[in-house]
Amino acid sequence: MTATLSPPAAASRADARTRRRRRGTTLPYLAYLLPGAVLFVLVIGYPLVTNVYISLFSWRGGLAPLTWVGLDNYTELWHDAAFWTSFQNSVAMIVAMVLVPTVIGLLLAAVLFDYLGRRFGARVASVLRATYYLPQILPVAVAGVLWNWILNAQTGALNEILRAVGVADPPNWLGDPSTALPSVMLVLIWVQIGYPVVIFMAALQRVDPELYEAAELDGAGWWRRFRAITIPQIRPETFVVTLTCTVAALKVFGPIYVLTRGGPESSTLVPSYYSYLNFFDKSRVGYGAAVATVLTVVILVVAVVILALQTRAERAEEVGR
Amino acid sequence: MAATLATVRSRSGDRHHRGAGRWFVLAGAVVVALLVVAPLLVMLLNAFKSPDDYTQHGPLSLPTSLYLDGLVNFWQRTEFPVKLWNSFFISAVVAVAACALSLLNAYAIGIGRIKGRMWVVLLFLLANMLPQEALIYPLFDMARQVGLSNSQWSVIIIFTVIQSAFGTYLLASVLGTFPPALLEAAALDGAGRWRILWRVVFPIVRPTLMVLMIFFFIWTWNEFFIPLVMLTTNDTQTIPIALASLQGDRMMDAPTTNAGALVSLVPALVFFLIFQRTLTRGVTAGAVK
Repeated sequence: MTATLSPPAAASRADARTRRRRRGTTLPYLAYLLPGAVLFVLVIGYPLVTNVYISLFSWRGGLAPLTWVGLDNYTELWHDAAFWTSFQNSVAMIVAMVLVPTVIGLLLAAVLFDYLGRRFGARVASVLRATYYLPQILPVAVAGVLWNWILNAQTGALNEILRAVGVADPPNWLGDPSTALPSVMLVLIWVQIGYPVVIFMAALQRVDPELYEAAELDGAGWWRRFRAITIPQIRPETFVVTLTCTVAALKVFGPIYVLTRGGPESSTLVPSYYSYLNFFDKSRVGYGAAVATVLTVVILVVAVVILALQTRAERAEEVGR
Repeated sequence: MAATLATVRSRSGDRHHRGAGRWFVLAGAVVVALLVVAPLLVMLLNAFKSPDDYTQHGPLSLPTSLYLDGLVNFWQRTEFPVKLWNSFFISAVVAVAACALSLLNAYAIGIGRIKGRMWVVLLFLLANMLPQEALIYPLFDMARQVGLSNSQWSVIIIFTVIQSAFGTYLLASVLGTFPPALLEAAALDGAGRWRILWRVVFPIVRPTLMVLMIFFFIWTWNEFFIPLVMLTTNDTQTIPIALASLQGDRMMDAPTTNAGALVSLVPALVFFLIFQRTLTRGVTAGAVK
């Protein structure tokens, strides 16, 4: 693949040439977009619009009649405590799936790459990296079922161990409203941690080693090099990780379904599960569609804001150069 | 974790000391690794341990004898071979179809340079971020209307489009830097657009397509929400759904749960190990771009 790459200057010149040559001839290529476009409209565009439309009705689903209620579902949402709880819990999901894994992942990647990798060999670093990544390969349902058993109050492994070492009354991790959310967050940190480590380690290979050597000669210690070189150099990857993980955290469904079903007492309810509950459990399809619509808007706004921040940071960097 | 941080900090500034400090850092990193694998080890220990053994010796002991009833129990109750085939069939068809669709889309966008391609790419990128909840009820309804309710084909069609949204985004940027000289040479030889796609473009992007295909396979294999809603009977469901739906069942004792979790993760793990090299190679190829 590398061999076929022309140097950037030549490429852009050739690029201009092709564009001139092909002016007015891009039309036939639209045929290649046709199957994709049709399927896209059918599977994503039409359902998305229909979902918004449904959210303006009261509907029990299936063959039941649709009753127009306008924006009533949305005004009800505004006064619905469970709805607000679910978005509050989304913030907790962002802490568990974005904030903590990114910070820890950044440190682990840096330690593995330029400390352990150099002192104990690349093999040690790559074995550790593979270990951190292991939970990422599991189907999320498997991770959930496993942890559900480990955290089970009566027969779970954790409480068996705690009882064996003398804790008389170990907590009901997933069954108590005060411990359920922190427990779910811990599971999600466990699932997520490997992703930033792998991305950041790949990113570090891109950084010029001379930067580090120069800083070391100037007497900068590990921590200062980490802050002055590592963090700014891998900023693009940090943006990618932040964007993908934040979207994933806002969408999280599987782990909640398998671990707690949003309970106890809605303490782990998230928007996606709340809309699922309304669609298929409470048969309040219009209301569920309204929850899903709000979630969609929140995700798109967050994604666009992160993308815009990234573009601005890139531009600022170019000006600074 | 705090320990790693502290050791790391205390190490700063003394690059000439190669003594004990590095062992502390290594110990910290190993402790984190142990915390990560601990749940999986506990699963392995208890998958083949009898319930009596479990109540007597707890979750951390080695099983006194090899107990296979948990595995057999899970295997029969879920009709595991059926689930395995369902998962494999859906994931494989999606992986191939989504790659083909991504390639066609990306050919139009990256090589054809159609008008407004920036917006088309952005549209695909955003589509990939949509919560599936915002699509599911209409999709569920549409499937029923065309007679595809509880059909694996509905799941296949949906995931082909969702995965190809990401694939199009990625491939379009790869094809955007495709060497024009190659295309011109092929055009001079009289090759049409269709021939150029398969004879010139396809062979060159094949490594990237392989990586995409592996990702699509694993992602589809692990999917939960849409199969949960669309596949409602035992004979159509996938492994993750079968495993999750056994939960809360009174028959699910520790060995059944653990053996079930274990056999459910084996296919994904095997697949990952087989293709790990392709993945690393492909990621590097992508990085060159």
